[in-house]
Amino acid sequence: MSKMKELSKGLFKDNPIFVLMLGLCPVLGVSTQVSNAIGMSAGVMFVLLFSNMIISALRKIIPASIHIPAYIVVIASLVSFIQMVMHAYVPSVYNALGVYLPLIVVNCIILGRAEAFASKNTVVDSMLDAIGMSIGFALGLTLIALIRELFGSGTITLFPMGNFSGVINIPWFYDNPIRVFSLAPGALLIMGFLKAFFDWNSSRKKDK
Amino acid sequence: MNKPTLTVSSSPHLHAKADTASIMWSVSLALAPASLWGVYVFGFRSLLVLGVSILTALLSEYLLGKLYKEYTLWDGSAFLTGLLVGMNMSPSVPLFIPFLASVFAIFVAKWVFGGLGANWANPALAGRVFVFFSFTTPMSSYVAPRTLASALPDALASATPLSLSKTAVSGGTLGFDGSSLLSSMGYPATDLAQNLSAMTGISAFTIDTFLGNVAGCIGEVSALALLIGGLYLLARKIITWHIPVTYLLSTAILSWIFGGIPSGLGMFGGSFLSSIFSGGLMLGAIFMATDYVTSPISHKGQIVFALGCGFFTFLFRYFGSMPEAVSVSILLMNIFTPMIDRYIIPRKFGDTRAFRKKQKEARA
Repeated sequence: MSKMKELSKGLFKDNPIFVLMLGLCPVLGVSTQVSNAIGMSAGVMFVLLFSNMIISALRKIIPASIHIPAYIVVIASLVSFIQMVMHAYVPSVYNALGVYLPLIVVNCIILGRAEAFASKNTVVDSMLDAIGMSIGFALGLTLIALIRELFGSGTITLFPMGNFSGVINIPWFYDNPIRVFSLAPGALLIMGFLKAFFDWNSSRKKDK
Repeated sequence: MNKPTLTVSSSPHLHAKADTASIMWSVSLALAPASLWGVYVFGFRSLLVLGVSILTALLSEYLLGKLYKEYTLWDGSAFLTGLLVGMNMSPSVPLFIPFLASVFAIFVAKWVFGGLGANWANPALAGRVFVFFSFTTPMSSYVAPRTLASALPDALASATPLSLSKTAVSGGTLGFDGSSLLSSMGYPATDLAQNLSAMTGISAFTIDTFLGNVAGCIGEVSALALLIGGLYLLARKIITWHIPVTYLLSTAILSWIFGGIPSGLGMFGGSFLSSIFSGGLMLGAIFMATDYVTSPISHKGQIVFALGCGFFTFLFRYFGSMPEAVSVSILLMNIFTPMIDRYIIPRKFGDTRAFRKKQKEARA
């Protein structure tokens, strides 16, 4: 497989959320605001990139019988690191993510990529895989969060910059938010419809 | 060659003219008295709400039918769904709410699962619950019926017996049930109800909730009109008594025994009659819980289903946070329907106890 394919497969063909269906717990939990989704994606991207890199570099040293605990040690140290950094520099995102940030440790995407890819491939390939996968995760999570926030609260929350307060109000929905979308059922509904759309899209491509 | 005079065909040989369309239109007809009463007491606005929900449901059905290449527009199921959605709306809701509810009912609750017959949830109820949790305030602001409007204090214009007792309990007022609370706050009763009350000794407010002189959703206020529709359906054998009677009785008995506890009246302090007549219970028990698709097939299963509905309605009404509970209880039991159908299987013909004993002996 070419290097480009390692990078791009995570975007659509093997999108972690809509195709592999990994890491759904944070997807359903933090997708109420776009800013949270971006923060979560950044955390996952950092952890995934470095865990894939380290695990792939150590793949010949780690004994097969204890490979899962070894992966967890690597991932947990990275997560603790990102958690402290977020707590120090973006406390609002840190508070909003709550328990989902430490739970990256047991996130299926990270463990899954370590197990399925990094433990069998070279460091460069693993890094490309991590970048592609985390961009795919970020796209999916942000898409869900965008839809949920738009319908559920009528706003799009980004980060404040200069004069821009960070919150965009959507005219009609701001006054009449369809609250179900920001509750748990809304997450599952949006997830289901997007999954159906991606499945339909890939089956249509196959038919051609 | 002689033309055969005997037609050979496989069974069934007797046909009833009951198809989906005739059943759906009959149910819609049975809902007519209650909706007409709603339109009469709440005025033109409620007609508008009903119209929007029905038209939206029909339009969604038409568009989706085009997509799926199934032409089910005139089997009446979409009309019935739209009508039920509209009847479950407060007459004062902004018109986009029935629109969204109907779209959700037809699109998500019905067609996503494969159309009529494949949906696990009653579409109308799913639509109502969707908008209820989204727009709680407009969905639970009611207007006074025309029959009481002139005599009604403004503060009580949107009070229903259920919402009042819920507010009283959460505010710490004890020792009241819905009806006595209404009278203590100066809620008027119609002259007819007062006369009937003098004759029968039943509270005038209970009689008014039975007749439909009370604030509420368009289609749920008059228990009498709903009962007329229900009797018509029973007479046409479109529904059987099992679900409505079990549902109403189980809610009423549980409310009578335990319903007084949260308001400080103790055991056997709840009211039997007003628990049946108030809220959406009559509409739910007769028209929504009996939906063919989402209720169990066997009569035994239907009784289990209705007992569950009754239990949850009682539980949510008196110990939950919402004033109304019928829609969520029925939806909850809809989820259990496949399980009930799986475990409560009707006895096969010839499978008697004696037969089984014989089989066991033969095996031994």
